[in-house]
Amino acid sequence: MMYFGEGVVKGMMVTLKAFVASYFKGPEDGGLFTVEYPEQRLPEKENFRNFPFLIYDNTPDNLRCVACDICAKECPPKCIYIVREFDKDNKPLKRPAVFNIDHTVCMNCGICEEACPFDAIYMDHNFEIASAERNENLLFRKDKLLKSNEYFHKIRPTDATAIDERRAAAEAKKKAAEAAAAQKAAAAQAAPKPAAPGTTTPPAAEPPKTV
Amino acid sequence: MEALDQIFVSLKQGILNAAAGFLPAWTGPLLSVAISIGAIALLGPVTMMYLTLLERKVVGRMQNRIGPNRVGKWGVLQPLADGVKMLTKEDIVPARADRLLHLLAPLLIVMPALLVFAVIPFGKHMTAVDLSVGVLYFLAISSTTTIAIFTAAWASRNKYSLLGGMRAAAQMISYEIPMVLSAVPILLASQSLSTHAIVEAQGGFHGLQWFIFTPWGFVAFIIFFLCGVAECNRSPFDLPEAESEIIAGFHTEYSGMKFALFYMAEFMNSFTLSGLATTLFLGGWQGPFLPSWVWFFGKTYALIFIMLWFRGTLPRFRVDQMMNLAWKLLLPLSLVNVIVTGFWFFVNPPLAIGGSIAILWLSGWILVRLNQSYLPEKRTYQFAD
Repeated sequence: MMYFGEGVVKGMMVTLKAFVASYFKGPEDGGLFTVEYPEQRLPEKENFRNFPFLIYDNTPDNLRCVACDICAKECPPKCIYIVREFDKDNKPLKRPAVFNIDHTVCMNCGICEEACPFDAIYMDHNFEIASAERNENLLFRKDKLLKSNEYFHKIRPTDATAIDERRAAAEAKKKAAEAAAAQKAAAAQAAPKPAAPGTTTPPAAEPPKTV
Repeated sequence: MEALDQIFVSLKQGILNAAAGFLPAWTGPLLSVAISIGAIALLGPVTMMYLTLLERKVVGRMQNRIGPNRVGKWGVLQPLADGVKMLTKEDIVPARADRLLHLLAPLLIVMPALLVFAVIPFGKHMTAVDLSVGVLYFLAISSTTTIAIFTAAWASRNKYSLLGGMRAAAQMISYEIPMVLSAVPILLASQSLSTHAIVEAQGGFHGLQWFIFTPWGFVAFIIFFLCGVAECNRSPFDLPEAESEIIAGFHTEYSGMKFALFYMAEFMNSFTLSGLATTLFLGGWQGPFLPSWVWFFGKTYALIFIMLWFRGTLPRFRVDQMMNLAWKLLLPLSLVNVIVTGFWFFVNPPLAIGGSIAILWLSGWILVRLNQSYLPEKRTYQFAD
């Protein structure tokens, strides 16, 4: 049998316990579990991804992006804008002159990262981009997007290591292939009557047109 | 100790003495009044400001939150920031509202809240005006709050406001009666209506002979405190401003400083009602060792903490539940309590203690049983299947 007002007293004890625990106990024992954000932070999760950045090896000039425009084409909200760089003779270079990502449009899907065949664009941990001005401050240009491989290692060590290993393996394979080709060429030169198109591959077939 | 106890009294006396040097003699009483008024006019709003902070902190802690802590250390400047916000906000008056009454209501509601400070004994010799009818004055003045609330509700020309005002009127009239009746035993025991005399009457046994330590005092205290909570529209009796039902009740159409004035009145009422409960039942400024005003403010803030604790715990009453509590439980119990007080003073001690506890327990039990709603037994059909 319940006495009159027993439920009220029970409820009051619950809140009193919470009140006392908030001063004297840790978050595990029913105390406050608030993380006061700007001063205190939760540790960043490695798998956390938002807003892409461009990766470079060693120096900012040495960026991996070749301005192939795949990410810009794949981007669902079309927030990436790329212009290829040309040299003095108007020959296209394998690097972007302009690479803009509009962070007001970007929806953090990560498709650019998946689409990039050159390991050049990856999702960042940079979530504190709030700004009082949206046109200039939230349109990230190339210099703002460029970040080093070391930074990538710092924020996503597992992915970065795997990618570096893969790249190193590919590099080694390419070197080996080149060495083998050179050896073959040398052997062919030594042999009489070398095949004409042995060293240079014929121009690749026209790439399928993407609309 | 004595000097610390009388520090505010000596401060006022010092100012008066200093002023007597260069002011004509007839200004002395006027200056004395002005100092008292100034102290109260300062104490009231400052108390209100910091009660808002205290409430947010305490209720936050009860809900596993931290509460305001950004403006100043521990958020101590938060009330000032809120004040600036309130003052700079737009003052909106509904198009078809009664403009004069709409302006008048928030002013009217603050006045009684400030006036009742006059008879609160904050410490030894620290009653601003020691009226011989102090308690009556307090109850009479504080009950005029209803008029201001209803004025605000009517002047807003808003259905929700009017509903809130109706609820406020019903609630205040209902709870006024058990509240006054629960104060009667104290008046019987101290044979005075003066707040100063009531506190003096509780001075025995090193200032610990409080009325709450008697059976009738205990019951009266509980009734008085519950009614006090209902009087100042605090949770769980906050029906006149029930957000989930009628938006904000009587202050739906108020914004800016006018809205703040309603809040100021509410918080000052909760402070003065806690102060009066302290005076009547908890021995006012009586207590050993510490200065008298420390005792008074300590007890008052303990009662305010209980109010905040209610706020953090209890859900809101339904209208019929609230009315039932006042008319069917608190009112009869307070009437019984008045009789028990008479019994206590006309019978020898052992019988008085046992008898009054027995009568109160029995009447309380009977009232609770009578108030239980009838729940029919669950019917079982013997031949149903």
